Amino acid sequence: MIRTFPAALMILAVPAAAAAQGSLNFYNWSDYIADDTLSGFEAETGIDVNYDVFDSNEVVEARMLTGSTGYDLVVPSLEFMARQAQAGVFQPIDKSQIPNYDNLDPEILRIVSANDEGNTYGVPYMMYSVGPGYNVAMVEERLPDADMDSWSLVFDPDNAAALADCGIALLDSPSEITAAALNYLGLDPTSEDAGDLEQAMELLQGIRPHIRYFHSSQYINDLANGDICLAVGYSGDILQAKDRAAEAGQGVEIRYTIPAEGAQLGFDMMVIPADAPNPEAAHQFINYFLQPQVTAAISDAVFYANANKAATDLVSDEVRTDPGIYPPEETLAKMYSAKPHSARYDRSLTRAWTALKTGQ
Amino acid sequence: MRRLVALVPLAWLGLFFLVPFAVLLKISLSEPAIAQPPFLPLTDWAEGVLTITLNLGNYVFLGQDPLYLLSYLSSVRIAAVSTLITLLIGYPMAYAIARARPARRTLLLMLVILPFWTSFLLRVYAWIGILKGNGIVNNFLLWIGAIDAPLVLIQTDFAVYLGIVYTYLPFMILPLYATLSRLDASLLEAAADLGARPLTTFATVTLPMSWPGIVAGSMLVFIPAVGEYVIPALLGGPDTLMIGSVLWNEFFLNRDWPVASAVAIVMVLVLALPIALLRRAQGRDGDAAP
Repeated sequence: MIRTFPAALMILAVPAAAAAQGSLNFYNWSDYIADDTLSGFEAETGIDVNYDVFDSNEVVEARMLTGSTGYDLVVPSLEFMARQAQAGVFQPIDKSQIPNYDNLDPEILRIVSANDEGNTYGVPYMMYSVGPGYNVAMVEERLPDADMDSWSLVFDPDNAAALADCGIALLDSPSEITAAALNYLGLDPTSEDAGDLEQAMELLQGIRPHIRYFHSSQYINDLANGDICLAVGYSGDILQAKDRAAEAGQGVEIRYTIPAEGAQLGFDMMVIPADAPNPEAAHQFINYFLQPQVTAAISDAVFYANANKAATDLVSDEVRTDPGIYPPEETLAKMYSAKPHSARYDRSLTRAWTALKTGQ
Repeated sequence: MRRLVALVPLAWLGLFFLVPFAVLLKISLSEPAIAQPPFLPLTDWAEGVLTITLNLGNYVFLGQDPLYLLSYLSSVRIAAVSTLITLLIGYPMAYAIARARPARRTLLLMLVILPFWTSFLLRVYAWIGILKGNGIVNNFLLWIGAIDAPLVLIQTDFAVYLGIVYTYLPFMILPLYATLSRLDASLLEAAADLGARPLTTFATVTLPMSWPGIVAGSMLVFIPAVGEYVIPALLGGPDTLMIGSVLWNEFFLNRDWPVASAVAIVMVLVLALPIALLRRAQGRDGDAAP
């Protein structure tokens, strides 16, 4: 994902205060924490938190590879973290400093260890899926007979054409949108094959005239306000839009479901940069975060599932029983995760993405 | 002492232009790597032998894919059109300010500068609220019945031009005002006395004498507009092709700092060349003047 302005600004942002003894510089995704998480941590440990946000893995990666970010704790997605770990920019997590580590679901730890051997560098923060969220009234008015539980809602050119006037947005994330297209075509979503990429781009070209914009965070507000009627985005972001729309009371109803064809299951991982000024504070935060009531409060606030097994019962029913947040077994079986791309594939993917967006 | 003062702009140029330019040039000759920083060093010491590897492939690559040329051209086109519009709007405003009573002049200049007190980013964001589907403009037009369905104003080239013209207008007005306010009124009177109509006076006296202001204002608008990233990112559509977003893709999506640096170096050359030509042309004019 790319090209989001707030993200660009964050490159210039420097942690508000230098890491004095007893402060934590925390760099996290936007809209990804509960109101009382940081204040609770400050009250419990006496450590001040400087909190900065981003909305793009690529921005985080550029900063990590530049080094000297001043951050103690950062939350990249797993497949990005895997490549950054290769460049040696993280320090191993010292599990002995994290008594609550045992609260983590061993099954999820096993899945993420495919990209982080031995769970050396990362601790799962939240889990997400990438799928279509839509304005129920606007979509039903235009497509009364469409299958709402299918990617065809957006990938079928006829459907996309019908929704063009009320506005379709796609994540500005070539990797995630292309993987969804590959999966919809029945191809391997992690394929780096040139022919597969061509097919995926052909599918996306077919709906391109009906896409209003590509952006990785703007769709939250736009969905909630009824400025667009469909967004392929991050599960929790769409559900936050749903929540905001319900609060606004303007009659906008947003729905997010994981399509029957499956979707990408992603993990955002807490990591500690190798040059973190205060790694102890970072470990303390991870331990604080892994308290069941803290993790559960974040899931309730941001509508993302967590990997904290001890927290599941504390998560509100509304969130825990939502199949878009905690996918049931049979849905989970159809989900796929991303792998880090080779530099060569990233170049062809970016080139194809530019061609898709600009026609050049 | 005089020589010391002359050194200040030189030091400024060296520190804030030449040094970063040299760093970029160095990276542009390197190769990408998964490392921190994500490119290979140019020099290598092994057993007392210094090896320097210069990779010109990044520049060759820019020539092979038409995307880069098209992006440069598109950026230059958008910047040139915006500059022209800014000039057409800014000139009458600067002229009016220069001709206003001194007390009012201060107020008018104040109004030109006032928007700078708000963050540039917020002002561009405000345009989103004005132009979007259920924004101010569309709601007003719907309310008076001029349109039946909201117009698509945002995420268009129109919005990009609007954003650039709006943002850079003061940079055009201020240098124009500076030259126009210094214009000797007796010259205009002389022209009128000799029977020139207002339009003739403008074309033969005012316009040529304000030429330095036109050049300075146009430069101040054109140069940053070519490399503009923020305005097209916020107001432009996905098909708005500008070199700023190509640079972003190279740097962030491809993690290819060497190619990104090569794109930037070429952009500096694309910008520097017309400026150098213009300055030479101006220098010649200056010599010819009595």
